[in-house]
Amino acid sequence: MEYSQKVIDHFMNPRNVGEFENADGVGTVGNEKCGDIMRFYIKVKDGVITEARFKTFGCGAAVATSSIATEMVRGKTLQEAVLISNKAVMDALDGLPAAKAHCSCLAEEALHAALRDYAQRSGVSIEGLKPAQVKDHGH
Amino acid sequence: MDTLYLDNAATTPLHPRALAAMMPFLEGKFHNPNSIYGPARAVRQAIDEARAVVASAVGARADEIFFTGSGTEADNWALNGTLTASPEKRHIVTSSVEHHGVLYTCRALEKRGYDVTYLPVDSDGLVNPDDLREALRPDTALVSVIMANNEVGTIQPLTALSEITRRNGTPFHTDAIQAVGHIPVDVNELGVDMLALSAHKFGGPNGVGALYIRKGTPVFPLIYGGAQERGRRAGTENAAGIVGMAEALSLTIGEMPHEQPRVTVLRDQLIAQITKKIPHVKINGHPTKRLPGNVNISFRFIEGESLLLHLDMQGCCASTGSACSSGALEPSHVLTAMGLPHGLANGAIRFSLGCGNTDADIGRLMAMLVPSVERLRAMSPLYDDFLRKGEK
Repeated sequence: MEYSQKVIDHFMNPRNVGEFENADGVGTVGNEKCGDIMRFYIKVKDGVITEARFKTFGCGAAVATSSIATEMVRGKTLQEAVLISNKAVMDALDGLPAAKAHCSCLAEEALHAALRDYAQRSGVSIEGLKPAQVKDHGH
Repeated sequence: MDTLYLDNAATTPLHPRALAAMMPFLEGKFHNPNSIYGPARAVRQAIDEARAVVASAVGARADEIFFTGSGTEADNWALNGTLTASPEKRHIVTSSVEHHGVLYTCRALEKRGYDVTYLPVDSDGLVNPDDLREALRPDTALVSVIMANNEVGTIQPLTALSEITRRNGTPFHTDAIQAVGHIPVDVNELGVDMLALSAHKFGGPNGVGALYIRKGTPVFPLIYGGAQERGRRAGTENAAGIVGMAEALSLTIGEMPHEQPRVTVLRDQLIAQITKKIPHVKINGHPTKRLPGNVNISFRFIEGESLLLHLDMQGCCASTGSACSSGALEPSHVLTAMGLPHGLANGAIRFSLGCGNTDADIGRLMAMLVPSVERLRAMSPLYDDFLRKGEK
């Protein structure tokens, strides 16, 4: 199994690790049993994601997908962010080994969980937002 | 950057003297040992001498040693060959902490209609002889229990286990692939009827192993063809590999009186350093009934592969449990059988020390390990949750 240079870069030098004291949306997905847990934090201003941070327990691919997803959502409107697919995350990393493809789904789910949290708190509706998965930890 | 190799349980570097012993058979002495002419007889003689060396290393007779293409083949042969020889018997007893060579053979046999009992282990990874006593049935064809576990290094009480099977004549096989060359192994002291070993775990080459079969134990061949290995394992002999295995084994047995205690001290130093310098760790496996070079540790709040990658980037080779399952998503069946929760099983790393390692390596590893664990914990949501709970 081999990771791309981009995956290794994002794993060894992850961008935007951490949290916000006053995040506008927080979402946690995954569980210890499956081996990966992602927590995604977003700051939103005027319908635009100004910043995103993450904390992840997981393999190299899980950390790398979280890291690149925080870069991909920055500056996007909520409506644009909701359209970021797991495939887009994977492509941005120059691909993932087949056994690790599920990590990119987890990144998409974590983003959606954070957007759901924001939508609920602020009472806005975001078209195309996916419903919570059973394995969500919730917040 | 010099590589820091701490994965000797996966494979060992080929001993230079084993390579030197092999070279003539890779260059000039290419002749088929089954042919009748003089040069072929010289190859035959080298194989016979190697057989005597391997036999004496495990306390067996030369005619009880059969060369194979790997340790895994030896395991497959012991199980399948015993069952084929006793078709009326439909039950196998093994442990829940076997290497995949035995575990997946058993799973395949289950699909073919055999019953398999997987003996449980305690939290240190030890099988309880009472469980074996209860598991035996009139139709039990064989018992197979690993001598020393490849992931956590726990050494099983084989003598106590084989005493039980001896009473009713059930054949006992052991996968001793991690043990041979590292701790004393004597087939008569252990009371086993079959024993698998593999050359590349003790400084020999890849692609050669052996199965010990006690005289009189009914075992059919796994591989049919020519009359090699006294008609019990077909295929032209890997003369270079066999000679290399014997040379490596002879060297490693000679060095064992000082290497075994030396590596054991290194192991205990590493365990002491990690538990002293890194909080929230758990040592997996038995504290003393353990292979000299094995250190298996769970680092709470972080996942094993991410730590391995960090170490890899710094030039350190280690493993998550079994080398065969790197890239697998399932947590280790060995750690799960020992009762480890998923979180701890996913954070387990195996460092396996060998004759090439010194105490300077322990210092080098610690200098990489401490900051890597800190960095990964700093990005772990589980560590956050733990700290928050701790503050409450």
